[in-house]
Amino acid sequence: MKNQILFFITIFMAWSSIAQTITVCKTCAVSTIQSAITQAKDFDTIFVKKGTYKEHNIVVDKPLTIIGEKYPVIDGELKGEIITIISDNVTVDGLFIINVGTSYTEDYAAIRVKNSKNFVIQNLVLEKLFFGIYIEKSRDGKVYHNKIIGDAVEEYNSGNGIQLWYSKNVEIEHNFVQHVRDGIYLEFSDDCLIKNNVSTLNVRYGLHFMFSNDDVYQDNLFEKNGAGVAVMFSKRIKMYSNIFKENWGTASYGMLLKEINDAEIIGNTFEDNTIGINIEGSNRITYKHNDFKNNGWAIKVKGACYTNTFTENNFLYNSFDIAYNSNVNDNIFDKNYWSNYTGYDLDKNGVGDVPYRPVKLFSYIVNRTPETIILLRSMFIDIIDFSEKVSPVFTPDNLLDNNPLIKRITW
Amino acid sequence: MLKILKYSFFDLMRSRWSYVYFAFYLLLGVVLLFLNNDLSKAVITLMNVIIVLVPLIGTIFGVMYYYNSQEFTELLLAQPIKRSSIFLGQYLGVALSLSMSLILGLGIPFVFYGLFESSAIWDFSLLLITGTFLTLIFTALAFNIALSNENKIKGFGYAILLWLFLAVIYDGLFLMTLVLFEDYPLDKLSLIGTMLNPIDLSRTLILLKLDISALLGYTGAVFKQFFGTSFGLVVSFFMLTVWVALPVLRIVFKSKRKDF
Repeated sequence: MKNQILFFITIFMAWSSIAQTITVCKTCAVSTIQSAITQAKDFDTIFVKKGTYKEHNIVVDKPLTIIGEKYPVIDGELKGEIITIISDNVTVDGLFIINVGTSYTEDYAAIRVKNSKNFVIQNLVLEKLFFGIYIEKSRDGKVYHNKIIGDAVEEYNSGNGIQLWYSKNVEIEHNFVQHVRDGIYLEFSDDCLIKNNVSTLNVRYGLHFMFSNDDVYQDNLFEKNGAGVAVMFSKRIKMYSNIFKENWGTASYGMLLKEINDAEIIGNTFEDNTIGINIEGSNRITYKHNDFKNNGWAIKVKGACYTNTFTENNFLYNSFDIAYNSNVNDNIFDKNYWSNYTGYDLDKNGVGDVPYRPVKLFSYIVNRTPETIILLRSMFIDIIDFSEKVSPVFTPDNLLDNNPLIKRITW
Repeated sequence: MLKILKYSFFDLMRSRWSYVYFAFYLLLGVVLLFLNNDLSKAVITLMNVIIVLVPLIGTIFGVMYYYNSQEFTELLLAQPIKRSSIFLGQYLGVALSLSMSLILGLGIPFVFYGLFESSAIWDFSLLLITGTFLTLIFTALAFNIALSNENKIKGFGYAILLWLFLAVIYDGLFLMTLVLFEDYPLDKLSLIGTMLNPIDLSRTLILLKLDISALLGYTGAVFKQFFGTSFGLVVSFFMLTVWVALPVLRIVFKSKRKDF
């Protein structure tokens, strides 16, 4: 133990004696970041003073710490990629990067991390970008406190805010992403943590998973995106305490689940979305302690969904609680609170004595003929809904909440 | 005309039924607010009540008033007064007193509850405006029925049938048409179908404010334009005005050539 400490101290002292600092400013001996990197030795620190640096294709090929003082501007002049990191142990901190080039054949990014380990990217401000932070085939990195503001209008000619591709164990926290295609996009990336981010007003998704397993995202806010979060073809994703708000439009969802297995969805809030959660081909998912409030559809089940459990959720004032497009059901609904429940509780145990049927006949009709939505809340619809409730024909007759709660659940 | 309007209005103001109607809405407003504790939720429940009950009461009341005051009308007809002003005066007297009961009956509890500080005030005013429109429309329709039928029983029968048709049966037929022709583009058909029924129209108008998130779930350019912009609001109000104007014109037309 003592020897170990001694060893580390020696190593540290060796480093600190070797590591030097290089300052970059317009009037200094070193006036460009690229030349500073070329001059630097491993583990040096480069300070970039305030000013505008018109540079692109900056390649960081050794372990360096690059720190901007008072947000120096790095202007790529729309010529292509700006910073590319190809070495391990690189830290980039406090830069203002603008004008990334747009290309239809290459994914130019403001900052790209390639085959690297232990990188830290923090306190950056990115504007006028194509791709923002692009992490490929890298692992054990951190992306903290970045602010990414794009100007995307169409999907085909815009890039993603933070993109991970074949990366592992990356922490993405406290980032703010706006007006890009996908706020945060994970493809083939496992064991990542996405926490406390705000992703709003994006053209496509706030957060997007593709073929990524064992990731956790929690305490994020997704507001007014094309769709809040899309989770596709992934396993064992944990989704805790996120807020999905005001994702409005004809094809908008709070959350879109497609081919997802063994996920946990706990403590999230879905508010004012056209569709709260759209589920397709997803199995063994636990939904617990979620709030579904004022959505058009709280949950839309599109088929091939088996052994999912929905327990102790609040369904509050949604136009439709659950929509099913088949009359086969293998999912469990139990102990939820439904604001549309009209039963009674004679024995006063807090559980309604009559089971609740969350699927209405009208939601089945709307699934078949979408235009009939115009008859929503009509008296005729109330009558046919009532008769279907009494004797189900079109909706799954075993789709029941046998223990509907009388009072809203708080936790 | 104004004199007859004034007479009808005060005659109704003194009648028991106006008070019953007023008291009913007052009670409804108080109970809803007491149970819901939430203004915007109470507005949704109120919508269901308004689009069903207001037309019913308007129709029944209109027919009843016409038959009850038939003798007085005949007396008036002997005087040198224009026929149209007699009937329009009576019609407006009924419609306005009903609207007043509605607005005051619902308005008072909501105002006491703190409507003016709430964001629900626009939804609520929209509710009252559509309620008033529905009263105007259905009283006018009732007068039309009563003018065309001397037989009281027949008149009442037609009036109730009219209400039943517009409130329930129409939607059933509408739904069947939509499901039957689901292979065809139905955007325009569904919007036109809504326009042709004042109850559906009022419902859509209120839904535009309340359930917009569900309505936007459907992909159709016409729908999107209608629901996504204020265009829908303008068109709906225009159609409601047309729905008032047409029956009123028929009252004038019919009363001119009717034998008494």
